[in-house]
Amino acid sequence: MTALNQWLPTLITFSPLLGIIILLFIPREKERVHRSIGILATLPPLVLSVWMYNSFNQKLVGFQMKQSFDWIRLFDDAKISYSMGVDGISMPLTLLTCVISTLAVIASLYIRRRTKQYYMLFLLLQTGMLGVFLSSTFFLFFIFFEITLVAAFFLIGIWGYLEKERAANLFLIYNGIGSAFMLIAMIGLFLSTKTWEYHDMQERLVMWLNLAEQPVLLWVIFICLFIAFAIKLPIFPFHSWMLRTHVEAPTPVVMVHSGILLKMGAYGLMRFGVGMFPDYMKEMTWILIALGLINIIYGAILAFVQKELKRVLAYSSVSHMGIILLGIASLNQIGLKGALFQAISHGLISALLFYIVGSLYERTKTTELAMLGGLARRMPILSGLLLVAGLALLGLPGLSGFISEFLAFLGLFQVQPIFAAVGTIGLILAAAYTLRAVLKTTFGPMRESFQGLRDIRLNESIPMLILVGLITLIGVYPKIVDDSIQLTLYQMVLRIGG
Amino acid sequence: MQQVTEIDWDILAPELIIMIACALLVILDLVLPSMISRRWIGLFSLVAVVTAGVWIVTQFGHSPVALLENTYRLTPVTLIWKLILLSGTFLVLLISLGEDQEEFAPNSGEYYYLLLAAVLGGMFMVSSADLITLYVGLELFSLSSYVLVGIRKRRGDSNEAAWKYVVLGGMSSAFILYGMSFLYGLSGSTNLANIQQYIVKAQGTYDWIIYLSFFLMIVGFGFKLASAPFHTWVPDVYQGAATPITSFLSVVSKSLAFALLFIMIGVFDGIDEGWESIFLPTLMIMAALSMIIGNTAALRQKNMKRLMAYSSIAQAGYILIPIATLNKLYFPSTFFYLFVYLFMTIGAFAVIMLVMRQEKNEDMKAFAGLHQRSPWLALAMTIFLISLAGIPLTAGFFGKMLIIMGALGMEHLWLIVIMVITTIVSYYYYFSIIRQMYFRKANTTRRIRTSWPIGIAISMSAIATIGFGVFPEWILNLVESLLFK
Repeated sequence: MTALNQWLPTLITFSPLLGIIILLFIPREKERVHRSIGILATLPPLVLSVWMYNSFNQKLVGFQMKQSFDWIRLFDDAKISYSMGVDGISMPLTLLTCVISTLAVIASLYIRRRTKQYYMLFLLLQTGMLGVFLSSTFFLFFIFFEITLVAAFFLIGIWGYLEKERAANLFLIYNGIGSAFMLIAMIGLFLSTKTWEYHDMQERLVMWLNLAEQPVLLWVIFICLFIAFAIKLPIFPFHSWMLRTHVEAPTPVVMVHSGILLKMGAYGLMRFGVGMFPDYMKEMTWILIALGLINIIYGAILAFVQKELKRVLAYSSVSHMGIILLGIASLNQIGLKGALFQAISHGLISALLFYIVGSLYERTKTTELAMLGGLARRMPILSGLLLVAGLALLGLPGLSGFISEFLAFLGLFQVQPIFAAVGTIGLILAAAYTLRAVLKTTFGPMRESFQGLRDIRLNESIPMLILVGLITLIGVYPKIVDDSIQLTLYQMVLRIGG
Repeated sequence: MQQVTEIDWDILAPELIIMIACALLVILDLVLPSMISRRWIGLFSLVAVVTAGVWIVTQFGHSPVALLENTYRLTPVTLIWKLILLSGTFLVLLISLGEDQEEFAPNSGEYYYLLLAAVLGGMFMVSSADLITLYVGLELFSLSSYVLVGIRKRRGDSNEAAWKYVVLGGMSSAFILYGMSFLYGLSGSTNLANIQQYIVKAQGTYDWIIYLSFFLMIVGFGFKLASAPFHTWVPDVYQGAATPITSFLSVVSKSLAFALLFIMIGVFDGIDEGWESIFLPTLMIMAALSMIIGNTAALRQKNMKRLMAYSSIAQAGYILIPIATLNKLYFPSTFFYLFVYLFMTIGAFAVIMLVMRQEKNEDMKAFAGLHQRSPWLALAMTIFLISLAGIPLTAGFFGKMLIIMGALGMEHLWLIVIMVITTIVSYYYYFSIIRQMYFRKANTTRRIRTSWPIGIAISMSAIATIGFGVFPEWILNLVESLLFK
């Protein structure tokens, strides 16, 4: 059993590639075949990751199911090894990736052209995302990170809406800058620690950081890392690319993008920021809190004034990422747990919301708030789901949004009560903009042209219902996520000390 | 004194093979009636290049030797250089074979033996341990390439390119020669090892002569490297020359210039003062300027060959970094990058050539919707472009990573930052070709015709680009085993 478990991270990561290989041999015109293969290809990683969740030992410190062998021998003794594994932080995010990918592939029924390429690229994107969370060396992390970048570039640029090319360009350039910073940081870290493994890096950095006179290079590395993940998350001044992506990308890609790709930024901040440079993070606390508050309030206010549904959601993502940042800034176990919960919960909620908006657009052909209204009459199920998703977004107790925001703020209250209090303004604003958007869409007078609209079909609603189920499950029974992350976060907080 | 008869001819065999092939082809091309197709001349030169290359591989592990009054030497480094030159020429010959009927029709015999003459000059140059052989080799290479640039005699732009290339190339050779003359004046010897010893003695008293000689030569090298600020000829010449020759200039000529730079760096090596404060900073400034100018100017290009020309200037900047910072990785990282640069550049040029020939249009728009017409060609081009842009799992990424790995440190951080930022700038134009191929609609539905030699060249390059990206240690181990045995 253990021998097989060791292969799990590798198998999960590369199993979507099987679908790509099969798709290669399918002629271009067979759209239905592409769809079924696309959906089927996301099932093996899902099944395997559930298996991984079951066999995950919550009492083990560090990475488990680890598998590593030598890959590239560089020079002298330096080498790059291929090494995958899973720990408490990567476990839930892997599961999230598999779930959202499967649902997004089901949601891809709105994609009607070049389906062969579409599913191939989508599966490549999934491999990249899974690899990011499951690799246990920085080098692999970087490579998978770049794979997601290239795959998402094509997905946005080919199947997006009107201004897709601009969105794809902006996505590429901003994220390219982020990876450039990450590359410098990665090589700098390698040169100063002589290893790529997260664990060894941590150990050796501790020795460096304990020195009275720390090399300036370490600060440079830390700043580079911070910028790289700040762009990905995104943190306030770097967020413009993400808005455009959310508006222009096709529905399933936005589901994956806001559901998982943005969370790679949160994961990076926790893994590399808190995990490797706890002292520097501590010195940065004020900046983190300030940026977090700006994100929350700026995002919320702008979400309130938007005239278009997707932009409301995009700005609300900015606002919710601020909560992740505040959770991380607290640097205690509750806060970090809140951040991770928020990453997962917001991943599910935003995937649900963007899916609902996507299927709405398929019917109304518009997402302008002024044009919508009164849809509850013609589409009661869709409107009901939108309301549930909205309630989850604004943090209604019993749904996952509540528990994560509660934890994040609770963590911050322990260290910075005043700023935490300021941050909770965001919650009020969240209620305001969410309800405004939901009400404008579903209530009020309906336009004549919407008379003929039909409610969603069963196959469309299944992914939505699954998402609602998961959101409720985490909201009611957070222990399913909590158990696996507990020990890893505890270890992480121990390092922070003080 | 060593008699000519006592020379170990084995060692010179690769050069001799090329030389004999070249001479034979000249005579045969002259004697044979013009009705006979000249295509076999191309095939014959391909065979010659492969044989020479295989011979070089058998020489791996040979102990260093000096021949012919210490003017020719065989060391592991020279073997690596020759391998790069011959691999580049091999791919160029392959893509020329697919092109020759239309492009060089009346002169195709000439074309092939000039290419062989050029590579012969290059091989002698990298092996030389003497200023005279060095310069003769360099000129044999340069003169042949001047003619090659102008080989499409009936085309105006080709003539213009050849003219520019001759005049500026001649000037650069003159600069190099003038710089060399100071070295001879100081040391009274043309032997590089002697010169190096004399320079060490002369420093302090004759510093200005050493500096003058260095800077004069750097001007010439900068021209051959296609590095800023000596890059202005590049776009025009690249545009005017036939595409296989453009790729030859971009790959073989550039590699040769780096070999020249390496040899000269070896000569100036003994200098303590001025080394850190003057020579290396000069190279760093050249590197930085090349990266900035090449990458920003490429943004505005719509003509594919001009775009690749500016990209080639930028790439020269990246490859200059290891030499300019002279870190302990400079040998492996330069060789690695030149090797992979060879495959991705010639591959990209081959695709460009095919597309341009069919569309009769050098504009980037010719690539529109390529994925519908020729999906495999589009995929190959994407691989080459993302490798040039330095995105992981391609060899180009690993090359850049090695360069950064060698040079990263607080003292050169600015250079690395420039490299990384300009790399992001380069994403924009490399991906604009990808955008054309995948995001735009095609104007026609015609497939792009490929011939077998070009097909082989493109697939070899694509496999190498991915293969060396995933298993870079194949090259690294080769270089390491040769250099540090």
